[in-house]
Amino acid sequence: MLQIILGAVSLGLLWAIMTIGVYITYRILDIADLTVEGTLAMGAAIAAQAITSGMNPYAATALALVGGLLAGLTTGILHTQLKIPALLSGILTMIALYSINLRIMGKANISLLRTETVYSWLQNLGLSDTNAVIVLGLIFVMVIVCFLYWFFGTELGSAIRATGNNPKMVRAQGINTDIMKIIGLVLSNGLVAISGALIAQSQSFADVQMGTGSIVIGLASVIIGEVLFGKKNFFSRLVSLVLGAITYRIIIALVLKMGMPANDLKLFTAITVAIALSLPVFKTYLNPVKISIKEGK
Amino acid sequence: MKKFIKTLSCFLSTAVLMLAVGCSNGGANTPAPAGSSDTSGENSSKNVTVGIIQYMDHVALDSAREGFIEALKANGYVEGENLTIDYQNAQGDQSNLSTISDRFVSNKVDLVLAIATPAAQSIAGKTTEIPILATAVTDFEAAKLVDSNEAPGGNVSGTTDMNPIKEQIDLLAKLVPDAKTVGVLYTSSEDNSVLQAKLAKEAIENLGLNYVEVTVTNSNDVQQATQSIVEKCDAIYIPTDNVFASAMPIVHGVTAQSKTPVICGESGMVDNGGLATLGINYKDLGYQTGLMAVKILKGEASPATMPIESATEFDFVINGIVAEEIGLEIPEDLQQYIIK
Repeated sequence: MLQIILGAVSLGLLWAIMTIGVYITYRILDIADLTVEGTLAMGAAIAAQAITSGMNPYAATALALVGGLLAGLTTGILHTQLKIPALLSGILTMIALYSINLRIMGKANISLLRTETVYSWLQNLGLSDTNAVIVLGLIFVMVIVCFLYWFFGTELGSAIRATGNNPKMVRAQGINTDIMKIIGLVLSNGLVAISGALIAQSQSFADVQMGTGSIVIGLASVIIGEVLFGKKNFFSRLVSLVLGAITYRIIIALVLKMGMPANDLKLFTAITVAIALSLPVFKTYLNPVKISIKEGK
Repeated sequence: MKKFIKTLSCFLSTAVLMLAVGCSNGGANTPAPAGSSDTSGENSSKNVTVGIIQYMDHVALDSAREGFIEALKANGYVEGENLTIDYQNAQGDQSNLSTISDRFVSNKVDLVLAIATPAAQSIAGKTTEIPILATAVTDFEAAKLVDSNEAPGGNVSGTTDMNPIKEQIDLLAKLVPDAKTVGVLYTSSEDNSVLQAKLAKEAIENLGLNYVEVTVTNSNDVQQATQSIVEKCDAIYIPTDNVFASAMPIVHGVTAQSKTPVICGESGMVDNGGLATLGINYKDLGYQTGLMAVKILKGEASPATMPIESATEFDFVINGIVAEEIGLEIPEDLQQYIIK
């Protein structure tokens, strides 16, 4: 049991970075960005190819970040400069990345078994594989959360947040909303690529199909986090995303542990996400009095 | 800044708490399975647990699994009596592979059967102790599952599903003697298919024929890819390929109209509308893997010294209905292999 929970926590921490990326576009910018399905695999592809070519794993992960930033930039330009709707821009980049990822890797699957990864030095210190992932995942997540908390407090960061809330008001302030959207998309996809690079190194392979379905996992984690762990201020929101991603993984792990028939897993995932998405509605039903009192004030 | 530090410390303590909860949870629960496995160890009829991690559902992979279980049964490991099988299917979602692997490591299963390459890589990344047998993997060395195919050296061994590509192309030339151009169809994202397609193209050129190739990314592309290729070729070759294995009825819909013969990588694909194959029987391959498992479970061998095995016999399979549809005469010496 311990192993399963810890395994889920370690996986959840790595997916949390991706979840934060999804949050930036989905909640802050109010754009459903499908690029991430391609970017996740791209981060994995770049890191795996670089590592097997003899590059330091941390440098390889940084290179994956650069790839992710570029992917975000592409979607941003398609959307804001070429005026393609956001959903479609994301899909276009995602499809393009499929071919690009195959080019990067030269084949569909690169194995990272028996290769040095970002986790190696922790494993050499005597930590188990899972604990090494948890420790490094926590470090990455904390650095990213603190950076984003600082960044979205700056003038630029606040402008990006305002762009998602009320673009007209932002433009009235003399801010270029297109640039803000591009920065948001770039940042988001950079994070997703880091997540992909770290996931590939922990699961010991990169595969071109890795990103399939990842947007659903990301959105589900965002919503589970918001529903279960609240959204009081910006910092607690960021933390709730991390907890949401971990919770999602624990739910899946427990379902597998209970021995649900394998074929029902997807159905169960869909139901979990649907329940998480509809919880706010149920909450309204259950507490009509409270809300009316609040509104009365 | 003060608030920032406060929230940061709050976050940190949550993280620590989370870990602690995880630990205490495990602490309370671990004794139970450990105890139960101890008692079963004392029993005279030793109970073994085999974890099966399968990447996705399709006929070939399912048959391999059935063959594996049959081999265990034939050698005295009967499910429900002295054998527990923990079968988990990732449904094609790679993030599930990791969770399933954790489950097997945590439950300390006695042996893991991994079906298809990503499944094998996932479990091999999680444990260096539990013996792992993999099947439906084409190249164990390239997947870095073993040091070498002859002496694996670690906890992984198994059976390869490498196809007799050259012989399959020879079969194509025999069945369709006047073919000049051969179409090669496969999925660009599947390593195994790409490798086989490469070998197939070489074999085609060696026979002095031309080839055209069209690749797909998922089953949505299959219909159009097939339509585009039938105009350019006299016969089609499809290697073992997960997407095409599931989408053969679509291919059949197109090729039956254009009367194009389709030679496939494996018999399941012929069942679903291909013309013929000389191929691996995945059930036999699974059975062979099962025999390896029996040796490991009895303590007679360990994966480190068990060379990767490959199929020893290949079956001709010819789909008689399809041959009639496209008006193809089957040579007399091959007529005994017609099914349906």
